[in-house]
Amino acid sequence: MSANGVDLRKRRFLTLALTATSAVGAGFASVPFISAMSPSDRTKAMGAPVEIDISKLLPGQLVRVKWRGKPVWVVKRSPEMLERLNEVEEYLADPESDASVQPEDCKNSYRSLRPEIYLAVGICTHLGCSPSFRPDVQPDDLGNDWFGGFFCPCHGSKFDLAGRIYAGMPAPNNLEIPPHYYINDDRIMVGVGSKEETA
Amino acid sequence: MDKRIISFFNFFLERFPLSKTWREHMAGYYAPKNFNVWYYFGSLALFVMILQIVTGIFLTMHYKPDAAAAFDSVEYIMRDVEWGWLIRYLHSTGASALFLVVYLHMFRGIIYGSHRKPRELVWIIGMFIFLAMMAESFMGYLLPWGQMSYWGAQVIISLFSAIPYFGEDLALWIRGDYVVADATLNRFFAFHVIAVPLALVILLFLHIVALHEVGSNNPDGVEIKEWKDPYGVPVDGIPFHPYYTVKDLFGLGVFLILFAIVVFYMPEMGGIFLEHANFIPADPLSTPEHIAPVWYFTPFYSILRAIPDKFLGVMAMGASIFVLFLLPWLDRAPVKSIRYRGLMFKIAVALFVIAFLGLGYLGMQPVSPIAVIFARTFTVIYFGFFLLMPLYTKWDKTEIPPNRVTEKPECSLKSAFKRMLALLLMTKTIRIAGMEFNILVPNKTGASIVLGDIKFAFSEMINAIKNAFSKLKSPR
Repeated sequence: MSANGVDLRKRRFLTLALTATSAVGAGFASVPFISAMSPSDRTKAMGAPVEIDISKLLPGQLVRVKWRGKPVWVVKRSPEMLERLNEVEEYLADPESDASVQPEDCKNSYRSLRPEIYLAVGICTHLGCSPSFRPDVQPDDLGNDWFGGFFCPCHGSKFDLAGRIYAGMPAPNNLEIPPHYYINDDRIMVGVGSKEETA
Repeated sequence: MDKRIISFFNFFLERFPLSKTWREHMAGYYAPKNFNVWYYFGSLALFVMILQIVTGIFLTMHYKPDAAAAFDSVEYIMRDVEWGWLIRYLHSTGASALFLVVYLHMFRGIIYGSHRKPRELVWIIGMFIFLAMMAESFMGYLLPWGQMSYWGAQVIISLFSAIPYFGEDLALWIRGDYVVADATLNRFFAFHVIAVPLALVILLFLHIVALHEVGSNNPDGVEIKEWKDPYGVPVDGIPFHPYYTVKDLFGLGVFLILFAIVVFYMPEMGGIFLEHANFIPADPLSTPEHIAPVWYFTPFYSILRAIPDKFLGVMAMGASIFVLFLLPWLDRAPVKSIRYRGLMFKIAVALFVIAFLGLGYLGMQPVSPIAVIFARTFTVIYFGFFLLMPLYTKWDKTEIPPNRVTEKPECSLKSAFKRMLALLLMTKTIRIAGMEFNILVPNKTGASIVLGDIKFAFSEMINAIKNAFSKLKSPR
């Protein structure tokens, strides 16, 4: 200790300066650890587009394919199914898909590029379960407002055959529709919106 | 003893506070003498926690944290590893047992006011232990990589996506992939095996240190430290060791009998401890018809499902756990223990128990319109119990608790005489010509305790007389 005693102001300043510098350093040092938990480059590369062949799909049938680890559904809707889409409209929360995720050209009452082919990510917008495909009309367990659609077994959310959410359900939005385009009449590419675009 | 042995031990005792720690936390830690059955669950929780760590270490020797190999490695442990089935069932049953004893331990705290001043920190640290336990068991449940593991984790991680603005990115960061995948399994393994257990051990240490600083509560909710004998020892306290170590060992024996019955005869508990869907390998493309978390999460899960809005549901579930942290400050009754509280608190506790068990049951069932009505009613009761507590505990009519802890009446002259004799005399075994005899000899320590008690009684009497006189003198 010097003969002049302790300069408390200087000591406080140095303590503060050291604390602040250390905090910044600790912040920078935490970046690699936090980033290490984000999806790795390999995982991101796995998100490549997927091609689906729909030539063998029959009306009323659903196929599942894996895209980015998620189930993607393709349903071929029969003319009756398409008619029923209008009947359920009054029970829906977002019939115009204003608050939902879909490519711009799928923002219609069918929520698809072609009316009969419906394509969506089969993950409930509530908490990520995969809803069951229930094309049956007015079954005992789902009630009179059910005209076929997707029912989430986890928390009871109901979607119609265009993936539109019923009102008063735990799920907030309609099912997500991923970017996709038709390579030709029988094949769809999921993950990109057009031939020119890259994933 | 041999001088060399003594100096060997002294080498350590002079360099390490072993005897001091032993004295402070075991032989010289005075706990109230009126602990009842409810007080077994703390030590049982500690035991099960150790059991989980030990069985967990052995499971990691054979388990593979890899989405392609995890499910098979668990089956390998069950079928091919020597005693692997036992170690796994001990671990899986242990998880359920741990939550059972911890829920009872927490309930004990609520009814006897163990969270009240000066034990608020003991309760808060305990709540952090509860949170860490929930994280630990949730991540552990993903590891078998069955259908229920997979979709349970998918739902719980998606809870974070309900947070506005950065929720989706947060969920992506937690998973390390767009859906629950190998990356998720691998990191959950790291958290389950290293990070969370380490935090749990530290928190447990803090829980006990904090408890031993303020001393244990008891079923009467009165402070034993307010009445001390001339040696500074609480008159209603008994040393933790040997009295409560022996009592807890008995409790452990009973617990282990019940635990063994479950482990050997019903390790799946009819699909409650190990759910049926988890015997099917994880399939990211299809959710099982009915998914439910393990029983110990279902009360909170029911609250989530009861609310028809994603964000509010997640908030309500978080709040149902967070509100427990506030308990020490929500309770405004002038007494701690339910024994001296009025009807309002007793009714509130009864309703709370019904609501908690009801929510737990409903959380295991599929959603139906009637179930939703019940779940909403129970949710209101659950939050009402906590949020209305400042009011009904204040309005409640309470009795004045006794100054000292109560015991079952055993105040006959005979029993008092027996107790005194037991303190004054002890048996000693002597050998005469190869035969053993038990003889009664005076017990010096016991005698000094009796003497201390008599002194204390006299000083109390004198105090009482003094008080009576001073009251007579002071004009009212």
